[in-house]
Amino acid sequence: MNDRKGTWKVKAGLAEMLKGGVIMDVVTAEQAKIAEDAGAVAVMALERVPADIRREGGVARMSDPGLITAIIEAVTIPVMAKCRIGHFVEAQILESLGVDYIDESEVLTPADEEHHINKHVFKVPFVCGCRDLGEALRRITEGAAMIRTKGEAGTGNVVEAVRHMRAVTGAIRQLHGAGPEELVMEAKRIGAPADLLEETARLGRLPVVNFAAGGIATPADAALMMQLGCDGIFVGSGIFKAENPSARAKAIVAATTYFDRPDILADASKSLGKAMRGLEIGAIPQEELLAGRGW
Amino acid sequence: MSAARRRVGVLALQGDFREHLAALRACEVEGVAIRLASDLEAVDALILPGGESTTMAHLMEPTLKQSIQQRAAAGMPVMGTCAGMILMAREIADGRPDQQPLKLMDIDVRRNAYGRQIDSFEADITSPAIGGSAPAVFIRAPQVSQHAPDVEELARHGDQAVALKQGNRLALAFHPELTPDRRWHQYFLSLNGKTR
Repeated sequence: MNDRKGTWKVKAGLAEMLKGGVIMDVVTAEQAKIAEDAGAVAVMALERVPADIRREGGVARMSDPGLITAIIEAVTIPVMAKCRIGHFVEAQILESLGVDYIDESEVLTPADEEHHINKHVFKVPFVCGCRDLGEALRRITEGAAMIRTKGEAGTGNVVEAVRHMRAVTGAIRQLHGAGPEELVMEAKRIGAPADLLEETARLGRLPVVNFAAGGIATPADAALMMQLGCDGIFVGSGIFKAENPSARAKAIVAATTYFDRPDILADASKSLGKAMRGLEIGAIPQEELLAGRGW
Repeated sequence: MSAARRRVGVLALQGDFREHLAALRACEVEGVAIRLASDLEAVDALILPGGESTTMAHLMEPTLKQSIQQRAAAGMPVMGTCAGMILMAREIADGRPDQQPLKLMDIDVRRNAYGRQIDSFEADITSPAIGGSAPAVFIRAPQVSQHAPDVEELARHGDQAVALKQGNRLALAFHPELTPDRRWHQYFLSLNGKTR
């Protein structure tokens, strides 16, 4: 049969199917089932959630393949996993495990300080983080089929995700009405390929799906990011570091669907127990900020 | 009701409902996002989009589910694509025990039947319903393991039926909304109400 696998359409298409949904970090097969039961569209298989990576320090690497396989076997929804920035062999291993999406993630310790992975050579799609439009378009040109804000993972503080989302949408709005020669100059200024910037200007949005990530801890946080124009939500530490993970997970799923209905958000936010303890960004030493990893 | 004045609902709980709404616009039909039972009153037909079927089933209020079933029983045309096909099924093999489909078509489906994401694919699908061949995108797609005799197979891919019709209900294992070809949407819009 003339089946075409691993095409751009198929890679970007899975991200389209995840839209309006919540992707949850899980560290065990049991947590993966709780996430699926709560309505997650996918899970991110990890050894440690970002809050623990941040607390424990040391080099953070790809998770144990045995753990990832156990999580793949536990659920019927897509399973994502993280590799280090630039570590294309970790990505090859994740692809061979049958992972559905790879997150080349600043939450892990970068393996290459200059190069991100050439993602075009993989059949499995990649999602990458960004802080602004230039960074988003650089990742897309390397083959990322989905983008997310970097935010500041493991803090339970949404402020950086908001900053990054506003940076992307604000920059796209400013492209409106720009002539071709102005777009070339803007592409040069932000370090983005001119053709992708032109496409972004024409579409009025990124050419791939854009999720929010990094610091989302409450249903209101999720709805805030959706109202700012995100296509969906990643929740890392925010669910399983909270007092009642199952109830919070369900509430964040509901909030992502009914993001523009404050009455439903109020109802969903009731009696969820304590959220994860948050961190003020200013209180984190500069060298411990994760969003600065990658370029 | 004239084609120009029809309003078609798209279930908008999760998934690629915006692509279906855009496809309807391209067909010059007004699309309406459906999240609550009351939203359904304004529409003459319904599309169940692609996405995660478990998530959509989780988010579907019992009242919305009942309304969809009642309206469909009264003759409202319904189309499901991928996850939408799963929602329309009579039975979900290998599904989750709490995932109760809408039972709008006498088809039994198996989720993720082609394998994981690396097995997702594009292929050209030929059908008399669209008067020829069109590119189709299959993403972690379901397969129909069996169906009732009055379910018509409109297209096959290899040994699998990938487009099926029963009365004015249409189930597609792929995503016509992800391609610029609008013939599957036009075919759905040509199915009238109350003919079942």
